[in-house]
This record gives sequence, structure tokens and C-alpha cells, in this order.
Amino acid sequence: MSVEAREARQPWILLSPALTAVALLLFVPLLFIVVYSFWLRTATGADQVGFFLDNWREALSDAFYRDILLYTLKIGVITTVVCALMGYPAAYFIARSKGNKAILLLLLMLPFWISYIIRTMSWINILGVSGALNSVLIALGIIDEPIQMLYNQATVVLGLVHFLLPFMVLNVYVSLEGIDVSLEDAACSLGATRWSTFLEVTLPLSLPGLAAGGLLCFVLGSGTYITPLVLGGPTDAMFANLVYEAIITQLDWPLGSALSLMLLAVLGALVLIYNKYLGMAQLMKGLG
Amino acid sequence: MDNTTRYERLRERYLNGDLDRRSFLGLIGAAGLAYGVQTPFNKMALAAVSQVRFDGWGGVVSEAFREYAFGPYTKATGIEVVDGTFGGGDEYLSRVKASQNGEYNIAHLSGVFDYARYHNLGLSSVLNEDNIPNLKYVIPKLSDVFRKVTDGKLSCVPYDYGTTGLAYNRKHVSDEEMKEKGAKILIDEKLKGKIGGWSDWRTRIWMGALQTGQDPNAIKDMDAVWDAVRKHRDLALKYWTSGAELMSLLAEEEIYVTEGWSGRIYALQEQGHDIGYMDPPNGFGWQECLFVIKGSPMEACEELLNFMLDPATSIAVAEGQNYPPALDPQKVDLGKKIPTLPAFDPTGTLSGLTFADPGYWNGNEAEWSKTFGRVQKGY
Repeated sequence: MSVEAREARQPWILLSPALTAVALLLFVPLLFIVVYSFWLRTATGADQVGFFLDNWREALSDAFYRDILLYTLKIGVITTVVCALMGYPAAYFIARSKGNKAILLLLLMLPFWISYIIRTMSWINILGVSGALNSVLIALGIIDEPIQMLYNQATVVLGLVHFLLPFMVLNVYVSLEGIDVSLEDAACSLGATRWSTFLEVTLPLSLPGLAAGGLLCFVLGSGTYITPLVLGGPTDAMFANLVYEAIITQLDWPLGSALSLMLLAVLGALVLIYNKYLGMAQLMKGLG
Repeated sequence: MDNTTRYERLRERYLNGDLDRRSFLGLIGAAGLAYGVQTPFNKMALAAVSQVRFDGWGGVVSEAFREYAFGPYTKATGIEVVDGTFGGGDEYLSRVKASQNGEYNIAHLSGVFDYARYHNLGLSSVLNEDNIPNLKYVIPKLSDVFRKVTDGKLSCVPYDYGTTGLAYNRKHVSDEEMKEKGAKILIDEKLKGKIGGWSDWRTRIWMGALQTGQDPNAIKDMDAVWDAVRKHRDLALKYWTSGAELMSLLAEEEIYVTEGWSGRIYALQEQGHDIGYMDPPNGFGWQECLFVIKGSPMEACEELLNFMLDPATSIAVAEGQNYPPALDPQKVDLGKKIPTLPAFDPTGTLSGLTFADPGYWNGNEAEWSKTFGRVQKGY
């Protein structure tokens, strides 16, 4: 075998364990889900094997699923915007701070050490009728009766922001770190104010990081079902909750498979659009 | 029935004079011969079973099982009990459906409804009741409903029972008001934002039937029930999804009224919360069972069920989870605490409880569970 041929094979040899894992743990199960989506649930809850389009017809034509999907995307957009507005200043502060970056980054990573479910449930102790916030407001004499703050759309967004904010901050931070500070100095030396330097130089150069953070927040936020379950009210369900209900409560694996593929297709399309215009490299930087 | 019990009964009949000496010795001899032939193979069969998996609700129930049933069982048989837990019956059924044959063995299931679902999915087994002598202590009515589903046979042993009644915070809702309004308290506009409810479609429809004055096992006007479910949804603060969440919502006074599981409400009362509990007429009665899943090592499972049905174990579990055991109080002394538990029936007839008719509810499951999923989300 020639040296070229051996060199050409080396990356594949090195990649083969990872590719095998991805194939077995991601693509094969995904294939099962695709197959399942064409089966039918019988009246007893058993699956009827075959090729039926009923689930897809229902998932694609029923206004119920469309409305919940649109609601989910709306919550995803709101969460992403809030994360961007809160995350950018934090990332900027960390990137431009001197000496204590490591501590700030460590603080940013700290929430990841606690389970996402526990973090979500912590809001019940903060915002509940007898929670910390109501107790403080009553103790200070600002209110007489506790305010009902939990179990609505706002608390769902709050829970999602709490979960996703570090992803946004990290992505923007990585992007800001990659900007040559001398460019900002050059803009200032040419007469630009600090604000216009930020608007004309820093912000445009950090946009890929912002977009990568936005994509992550949107995809992760739109696919969650824990947050609406724990912090939402009776009508705050998101699309992933429908998948959960179809599969677990109704034992309708075929319909649940069709719904999960539908969500995957919508979110996957967004990732593809992102990849076309911005590329995945920035996303990898933020994750890495 | 185990061999020791058989010999004891035989001896009792002989001593009572119901059996002559010749017959007694003949039967003993025949039993000895059968034992001699069967035992080596039986031991070989049991030796092949090294473990049995049990899945339950965890917490104090599992602790009681470990102490009173699993430990002695392992000591007596050498078979290890793998003790698993689940968060809910629906979730567990999904796990079983996705499992290999024989992977899951015994489950602490809720309701006759689930029993029928498992049976309809081809997951039921047939128990040899002779291997479970402690079954004789169980309230017959509890076994009978299971037998109806599986053609007179049993795939499970009944284990405990309780009710899903109305729980209310006495600071805000009086006992008199509850008696007057019954299940309609859950759709009382005065309590808007302070009402809770279980996110279980069966319970919601059951309560809807009560609120519209219908028999939950023979609903005539389903539209009226859905309207009641919608009204409850619009007035409710939160659908709870677990017993822990139910207790937290009531204890923290996020909600003042909800339906609730009798044992959980009793636990709140034990903790000192002033929470009232009442079963309205036609309130939701249910029972739990220990179900053996098809493909399990039957003899090993039957022996474990017998350990679990032992009065000492049953009573310890019942006291831990605050639900009365399936043991007949006319046959077994249940101690001091159990008679104080909600839903406890000292007569052992359970005539005051209404259970879900599995045929009726299973027949409507596909349509109602799906419709509730939509109604729940504002449709």
C-alpha cells in the first residue's frame, strides 16, 4: 500500500470508533423511529406493523399539532432573544475583564454541576406562594398577600433562560475572545466613540458567536418538555410534551414517532439554514 | 400452596377425625413419593433462576419490602431480588413494552385498568395459586375483579387499595362546604387559581362525571363531561403529575382544593397540615396489585409473592405508604394504625367503594386519552 493510500485511510481508522458509536446510538434508533412512524396503534395499545400514512396525515394536517408547534417556536424565539439580551453583556464583561476570567468562567459553568431538573424545580422555592421572593416582599411590607407568580408562560420562559443562558454566554464569549482588540483601538484612534466602536466593529465581528448561541438556545429550548411540565400552567405545553404524552401516556409509539420526527425536521431545517449561511465551525468553537 | 401447609392441613383433618388412619398414611406416602420424584428436578429448575426483578414506587414501600420480604426470600431460596422503581404506571408500561421477554418480572401496578391493559398487550401470566398460600388472607372482592379480566385466572395478587377523593385546605374551605358541593368544588369559580388536579385523563373524566351528576362507569353525556373538564382546566392553577407534587402544592398553599390520593393526604395530615379529605358519592376507588409479567420464572415469582403477602410484610408496607392492605380484616388482625387510614373498610367487603369498570374504561381509552390531551392544552 502506498504512503498516500495509508495516509488517506488513517483519518477513517481513527474516526471509526466514533462513527460506529454515532451510527449505532443515533442513526439506527432514528431509523427505528422512522419505521415506527408508519405503524399504527391498535385499540388495545399494541402496535400494528405495516406501512400506514395515518400518523403522518394526522400530524401534518391537524391544526392542534400545528398550533402547539407554532407556540413552541414562539417560546423558543422569546427565550433566545432574552438569552441574547442577557448573555451578551455578561459575555462581554467576562471577555474584557482582566485577571479574573477563570473564576468568572468557572462561575458560569457552576450551574451545569446541578441537574437541570433540580435547577428548574428550584424556582418553585423562589417564586412559590410561600417561596423566598414572596416571603421577602411580605417581610418588607411591600405586599400583604403573596403574589401568584408560578405556573404560567413567563415562568416557563424564565426556567428556559435559566437553563440556556450559559450556552449563549459561552458562545458569545468565545467569539469576543477571538476579536483582535487592536481593531477596537484602531477604530477609537480614528475618532469613533466607544459606543460606535462597539456597534461598528465588536458587534459585527461577534455576530457568528451570537448566532451560534442563538441556535443552541433555540434548538434546546424548543425541544424541552421538563420546563413546561414543572413550571407551566395547564395550557403551557410545548411540542415535546405532545411526544411524551403520545409515547408514555397514550402508548401510541407510532404517532409519537411521527411527532418527534416532525419536530426534528423543523429544528433540523433551522440548523441547515444556519450551516448554509454561517457554517458549523462557530458552533463547534462555542461547544468546545 | 406449599408442601408444609398441605401436610399441616392433612394432619389437621386426621386429628379432627375427618380422615381415617389408613387414608392419612396413604396420602402421606403418596406425597412422599411425589416429593422424592419431583424434588431433584424442582431444585434444578429453581437453581436455574438466580434473580427476580421487582419494580415498585420506591421510598418507604421499597424499604418495607426489602426488610420484610426480599431479605427473608433471598435467605430461604438463594434467589436475589433486583429492586427497581418507576415514576408512574404509564412510564413503566413503556419500559416493559421496549424490554426483552423476562427482563421485568413483578410490578406493583395501579388499578384493574392497568391489569387489563397488560393483559390486552399479551403481557399477562397465569399464577399457580397453590404456590401462594397467603392469598387466602386477601379480600375476595379484590381478586374477583382481576379474575373477570383473565378468565378466572390470576396474573397478580391484590396488594392494597385506596381512593382518589377530594382534598381541601380547611383554612379556606370548610367541611360543610365540601359536603354541600362535593366534586363540584373543583369547578367553583370562587376558587379560581387555587384549584389543582391530576393530569391523568381517567381521573379528570371521572371527576367530570361526578360534577355533571353521572355514573362514572356509564357516562351518557360525554360532551357535558368534557365541558366540566374544560371548566376545571380554566380554573386550575396546575395539573400535578406526581404524589410529591400534589403534597407540595397543598402544603405550600399554592392550591386549596384538588382531588388527591388518600394515602398521600393522610401523610400530609400526619405532618400536621390542616388538610381535609372526603370521598364523594361514587368516589374513585382503586386497588394496587403485584403483577407477574409474562416470561418470568413463575415458581420463583409465586414464592416471592407469598413472602410479600405475608401479613407482617403487608402490614408494614401498608403502614409505610398509608394505604390499607388487601388483607381481609375479618381474617387478619391489621393492628392499630391501618383501621385509621382513609378508605379502610373494616368489613372487608369494600361495598362503599366504586372501582373503574376495566371493560368500559379500556374500551374508551384510545379516544378519551387523546381527547383529554387536547382539552388539557386549551382545546
